[in-house]
Amino acid sequence: MSSAQGRPTAIGESTKKHKVSFTGNRGLQMEEPLIFEGGRPEVSGVDLAEPEPFAMRLNGLERDTPMGLPGLSEPEAMRHYVRLSQKNYSIDAGLYPLGSCTMKHNPRLNEAMARLPGFADVHPLQPQQSVQGALELMQEVSHWLMALTGMSAVALSPKAGAHGEACGMMAIKAAIAARGEAQTRTVVLVPESAHGTNPATAALIGFTVRPVPAGPDGTVSAKTVAPLLGPEVAAIMLTNPNTCGLFESEIVEIAELVHQAGAYFYCDGANFNALVGKVRPGDLGIDAMHINLHKTFSTPHGGGGPGAGPVVLSQRLAAFAPVPFLRAQGESLQLVEDAQGTQAFGRMTAFHGQMGMFVRALSYILSHGVDGLKQACEDAVLNANYIKACLSDVMSLPFGQRPCLHEALFDDDWLKGSGITTLDFAKAMIDEGYHPMTVYFPLVVHGAMLIEPTESESLASLNLFIATLRELAFAAKNGEVERFTSAPHYAPRRRLDETGAARTPVLRWSPLQAQG
Amino acid sequence: MRYLPLTDDDRALMLARIGVAKIDDLFADIPAGALASGPKDLPPHRSEMEVERILKRMAGRNLTASTAPFFIGCGAYKHHVPASVDHLIQRSEFLTSYTPYQPEIAQGTLQYLFEFQTQVALLTGMEVANSSMYDGSTACGEAVLMAHRLTKRRKALVSGGVHPHYAQVVQTVSHMAGDEVEVLPADVSATEDLLSLIGPDVSCVVVQSPDVFGNVRDLTAIADTCHAQGALLIAVVTEVMALGLLRSPGEMGADIVVGEGQSLGNGLNFGGPYVGLLATRQAYVRQMPGRLCGQTVDADGRRSFVLTLSTREQHIRRDKATSNICTNSGLCSLAFTIHLTLLGENGLRRLARTNHANACKLADQLSAVPQVQVVTQSFFNEFTLRVPGNGARVIEAMAQQGVLGGVPVSRLLPEQSHVQDLIIVANTEVNSDDDRARFIDALRAAI
Repeated sequence: MSSAQGRPTAIGESTKKHKVSFTGNRGLQMEEPLIFEGGRPEVSGVDLAEPEPFAMRLNGLERDTPMGLPGLSEPEAMRHYVRLSQKNYSIDAGLYPLGSCTMKHNPRLNEAMARLPGFADVHPLQPQQSVQGALELMQEVSHWLMALTGMSAVALSPKAGAHGEACGMMAIKAAIAARGEAQTRTVVLVPESAHGTNPATAALIGFTVRPVPAGPDGTVSAKTVAPLLGPEVAAIMLTNPNTCGLFESEIVEIAELVHQAGAYFYCDGANFNALVGKVRPGDLGIDAMHINLHKTFSTPHGGGGPGAGPVVLSQRLAAFAPVPFLRAQGESLQLVEDAQGTQAFGRMTAFHGQMGMFVRALSYILSHGVDGLKQACEDAVLNANYIKACLSDVMSLPFGQRPCLHEALFDDDWLKGSGITTLDFAKAMIDEGYHPMTVYFPLVVHGAMLIEPTESESLASLNLFIATLRELAFAAKNGEVERFTSAPHYAPRRRLDETGAARTPVLRWSPLQAQG
Repeated sequence: MRYLPLTDDDRALMLARIGVAKIDDLFADIPAGALASGPKDLPPHRSEMEVERILKRMAGRNLTASTAPFFIGCGAYKHHVPASVDHLIQRSEFLTSYTPYQPEIAQGTLQYLFEFQTQVALLTGMEVANSSMYDGSTACGEAVLMAHRLTKRRKALVSGGVHPHYAQVVQTVSHMAGDEVEVLPADVSATEDLLSLIGPDVSCVVVQSPDVFGNVRDLTAIADTCHAQGALLIAVVTEVMALGLLRSPGEMGADIVVGEGQSLGNGLNFGGPYVGLLATRQAYVRQMPGRLCGQTVDADGRRSFVLTLSTREQHIRRDKATSNICTNSGLCSLAFTIHLTLLGENGLRRLARTNHANACKLADQLSAVPQVQVVTQSFFNEFTLRVPGNGARVIEAMAQQGVLGGVPVSRLLPEQSHVQDLIIVANTEVNSDDDRARFIDALRAAI
C-alpha cells in the first residue's frame, strides 16, 4: 500500500526478522542507545571547579527539581556521536543526487576560514570600530552577490532560503505600501511547480496566493500569466531555473507584463547555481531574489542547516531593505542597525545574519573566481544533461528531449505496470550505495525523480552511477519486484513506519517509555 | 580549478554523447542578450594559499573575544566549548549530509535530533520541543504566529524586558501579516505592569527571563492572568545556560518557550549561525512550526527515528502551512546536544553556578566604584550598570584600553533617551579575577 505520494502506509510485506547478531550490530554498523539510556546525571565530560559558596541573587527562583539530563564522559561521548555519524550518508562518501538541493563538494578551506578567531570569536555587538574586518567581509560578499546577479542592493541577514523569500516579499509589500496600494494589491501569483515555501511565504506575509498552471513543456508562458495580472496583483514568485530544471524562457516577457501591471517580480534563486557566473538575473528584469549560500556557494548542509539566504534587490526595492545594512563612512564601514529615519521595512533577525556562512561562501567564491564559477555552472549543467542523455532510453522524460539545466527530471511512466513505485526505485538505490534522487517533487510531474549530480562528480563517478541506474531499470522491467519493494536491505535501517510515527507521535524520550 | 574533476577531454566526450556541439547549446533557452552580458570586472580563481591570505587579513582586523577581557552578552554569550564538540560536528557524515528525508540512511542525524528535542524539553520544563529554529529571535516571531493560530486572536503583548531585536522581529512579522502588536517601553528594573494589559483580545504575552537587562523574572502571575484571559504565555530565554540554575519557564506556567541555544556548543560567530529553541505543550504540537523528529520502527521492528507530522509543513500544505520554514539549524543543534551531553545535569548546574558567582563578584566589586550603580537587583550572569554620562562613550573608551566591557543600551534602543547612561555587562565562566580587575580599571579610567 502506498499513499498518493508513494510513501508506504504500513510496514512492508517483508516483516520477517532476518538473522541478527547477539549485539544487534552488523560488523561496523553499531546499534547505539539513546544518551538517556547510557548517560547519568552525575557524569560529566567537562571538568570545572565548584565555585566558592556565595549568596545567590536569583529572585528566589532557583531551580529545586532535577531535570533528568544525562551526562557522558568524553570517551563515551566520542563513541556515541561517532557511531551515530556512521549511520548517515554524506556527500563526502558518495554521489548525492538530490534534485534542487545541490549537494556539491564542501571545501574544507571554507571550514578553516570560518574558524579563524577573527571571524568565529567576535561578538555581534562589539563596538563597530573593533570589527571592521568582519564588516569588510560582509561588504565583499555583498559586492560579489550584486555583481554576479546584476542587482543594486543586498540584504544579508536572512537566515535561510525561506527566510530570504520572506525578506524579499516583505520589501515588495513595503514598496507597495509606500505607493499607497497596500489595501488593493493583495494577490501573489505562484506557479504550481513552485517549491512549497513560495506559497507559504506569500501567505505568511498576508498575501492571497493565485496559482499559475505550468504549460505542457514544464514552463510558465507569458500567455498564461497575462490574464492573471491586474490591479490587485502585488507580485509574481517565479523560480528560475524552475523546479523541473528548465529555464523559464519567457521570463523577460513575463517580467515586462508584471511591471506593466504595476507588480513586482520575485525570483526564487534556489537554482542560481545553474546561472552563476554566466547569466545575471538582473538582466532578466527581476526585482528581488534570494540566494541559498548552502547551494550555490557550497556552505555545508549540515544534516539540515544552518543555511543562509541573502536577498538581492533591484533599484526599485533597495531602499526598503531591512536593518542591519552596511554604509561606508569615510575610511570605515558602519552597520546601520536602527530602522528609524530610513525606509527599511524592519528587522528579520537579531544581529546581522549568518556570518559563519558568509565566510565560507566568500572562501568558495574567491577560490573559484568568476571563471571558476562559470566553469562550475557549466559543468553542473553538462553533468545533468549527460545523465539525462544516458538514461533517456530506459527511463521516461516528462518534457521530451529538450536540454535541461542543472538537474534532470524523470517521471514514473516507464515504471507503469511494473508494480514498482518511484519510492521503491529510490530505496533500491540505497542498496547500491547511492543516496536517492529527489522523489515526488516537483508535484507537477507524476512520480517525479529529480537528479542533480552537481559539478563535483567526475566522469568515472557519473558513468558508474548511470550504469547502476540502468541495471536497476532493467531489473525493474524484468519483474524483479521484490528487490525494489522490500528495499533497502543493506542500510542501517529498513523501511520505516512513517504512518505510525505521525499517528501516535513520540517526539521525546521519557522515563515511562523506558519502563514500557 | 581544484574543485572541478572534469577535464576538457571529458567535457568534449560528454558533449558528443549528449549530441550538442558546444556547451552554450545547453543554455539555448536563455535569452541571447542575457547570456552575452554576464558578470564583469571580477577577479579569476585563486589558490588556497591566496584565499587564506585575503581572509586572514580581514580576520586580523577584528578584536577577538579571547584576546580581551570580554563582558559582552545581550543574546550571544562567550562560553568555553570543549574541543571534542567541534571535532565531532566536522565529521563528514554530519557536516556534508542533507536533511534526513531518507531515514534509512540518516539515522545518525535523526537520533541526535530526537535526543536534542528531549534535552530541550527537559531544560525548558515543557512536554515537547522541535528540532530547532534559525535562532532565538526568529523562534520568537514564529511563536507569536503559533499563538495567534491557537487562540484565533491577533494581538501580541511584548514586555519591555524582551531583547529589542526580538521585539523588532515580532513587530516586523506582525506588521507584515496585519496582526497587532504592542511593545512596552524599556523596563530596566522589571517593574512594568503587564497584568492589567492582558485583556480578552490578547493572543499572547511575550516575556523574557532573565530579561535583556538581566532581571530574573517570576512568570507565575503572568501565566495565571494569561490563562484566565484565554491568552498564552510565551517565555523567551536568550541565555540558555541560565536554565541550569533557574526554575524552568514550564514550571512557571509558560505555554511556549523560545530561546537562543548558542551558549551551548556554539561560538559567537559575529551573530550567526545560532540555534533557536522552541518548546511547548503536547496539545499544541500540530500548530508548531519547524521540523519534528519522531520515534517509530522499521520493517524489522527495530527502533528508528523519522521526520514526522510533516502535514504541518510547507512542502505538503503550501499556503496553508504553519510556517514557511524549510530547515532547522542542524549542525548547530548537534553542537548544542553534544555540549549538553558532555556537561550532564551536574556539569550544567556547576557551570551555571560559576556564571552566576562570577557575575555576583563583579557586581560586588562595582559597588566600590564611585559614580556607577548596578541597577539590576536579581540576575543570572548579566546585569545593567548605570554610568555617568553616555554609556556608548564609556564602552568605546574601555575598548580603546583593550577591554570589551558590555553593550550600551543606546545601541539597542537609540530612541529611548532615558536609557542612554546604561550598559549591559555579562560575566561567564571565561572571565577570570584578572579580567574583572581590568574591567574595573578600564571603567574607572573611562569615566
